[in-house]
Amino acid sequence: MISIHHLHKAFGKNHVLNGVDLTFDTPGIVAVLGPNGSGKTTIIKSILGMVLPDEGTIKVQGEDIKGKWLYRNQIAYLPQIARFPENLTVAELLRMVKDLNTGTAHDAELIEHFGLHDFLDKRLGNLSGGTRQKVNLVLTFMYDCPIIILDEPTAGLDPISLVRLKELINKQRMKGKTILITTHVMGLVEELADEVVFLLEGHIHFRGSLQQLKSQTGEGNVERAIASLLAKLPSC
Amino acid sequence: MLKILKYSFYDLIRSRWTYSYGGFYLLFTLSLLWLSNDLSKVVISLMNVVLLLCPLIATMFGVMYYYNSREFTELLLAQPVRRTSIFLGQYLGVAGSLSASWIIGVGVPFALYGVFGSEQAGNFAMLLFVGVVLSFVFSAMAFFIALKNENRIKGFGLAILAWLFFAVIYDGLLLLSLSLLTEYPLEKFSLIASMLNPIDLSRILILLKLDVSALMGFTGAVFRKFLGTGLGMGVAFAVLGLWVVGPVMGIRRVAGRKDF
Repeated sequence: MISIHHLHKAFGKNHVLNGVDLTFDTPGIVAVLGPNGSGKTTIIKSILGMVLPDEGTIKVQGEDIKGKWLYRNQIAYLPQIARFPENLTVAELLRMVKDLNTGTAHDAELIEHFGLHDFLDKRLGNLSGGTRQKVNLVLTFMYDCPIIILDEPTAGLDPISLVRLKELINKQRMKGKTILITTHVMGLVEELADEVVFLLEGHIHFRGSLQQLKSQTGEGNVERAIASLLAKLPSC
Repeated sequence: MLKILKYSFYDLIRSRWTYSYGGFYLLFTLSLLWLSNDLSKVVISLMNVVLLLCPLIATMFGVMYYYNSREFTELLLAQPVRRTSIFLGQYLGVAGSLSASWIIGVGVPFALYGVFGSEQAGNFAMLLFVGVVLSFVFSAMAFFIALKNENRIKGFGLAILAWLFFAVIYDGLLLLSLSLLTEYPLEKFSLIASMLNPIDLSRILILLKLDVSALMGFTGAVFRKFLGTGLGMGVAFAVLGLWVVGPVMGIRRVAGRKDF
């Protein structure tokens, strides 16, 4: 599905990614973890073509993405911060994204799912942060894409919406999709992830299933396991 | 690109700023027309305001819109759309909505005073055209500067500086060099120098159209001689066109290489 080969990226003197090799070829949920600034978002943005790598290749469904844009049809992406044009209404925004994509959109059920019906005619500038995140989620899950990338999906959601979101993610997993999640909420990782990728200073420090992570570190939960991975580093 | 253009235009024509900008022109033009019934005088007064205001507002608006819609741009970048179409679409949305405010704000009062059909119609059309071109030129420049600079304050500062340069400093430098070099024949120099500044070029186009170039003295005669010809006019319009195309090419180039 996605294969990343020898990816390097520096922003000025700051080397964010130092030769990352990663492949995601099985369906399931992969949690991409790491401290702030470890390069999680940079990897995701490279896959989407928003960040242009200095070195290395990225292939999505076997096709090199350099200079391409149509492949994004196959990726659903939830960005970290949701801010939309203030003067458009929710319905207009949905129409615009539908205009830009091909394929059938399943927006009606999602609007139902998150209870957004009353907000459709409201201007996006007048919505609360949580509601905006829900709109963001509708936009993300509207299309049946084989690859789903979620960057901090739980930010600003109330508990009910959080439950709904988890339902939604699980439903997508059942359909056999590849789902990448970055998060700092370890509970979510424990609950959802099949596999964990732990990034540190632009390298992949650990990759394996939740079980492997726990047994390798000898810890009972993910939070502690990650902490002990970090503690073993000489620099810390 | 057209889809992006459509929605950023929708977004912008509903913004308070667009309304206040259009409203300002409306009131201003109405009061000018009320004070003086001579349409050609009103065109000149408007010209003096527009040559400064259109570029200034276009610059501020362009920079502001780019920085404000940054997160939304990120969302668009994840859609199956070509990068350059996103930025060109947004740019055309900004330039288009500014031009719409300008055309409506000035056009409605003039239409009410019956400019169409009077002998001032041509001059008025030139004024409208110049306002539109200046909006396109300066919002493109602003977009280019904003794309180049991640830091908002720096971007804002540079954009305002660019406006200041073309609106004020350039003329000052030109006058200075003319007065220092009075010994030499400077007609060609001043002609070319004026051509290289979109604001000066716009001013000359309107003044020539209004047939008040005698006010500009000897240089005015040179301009008249050159720009009065079909070739001269063609060159002037081509240069104005280049002022739009240049920054737009810049936007394309920077947008294609930037990390978001």
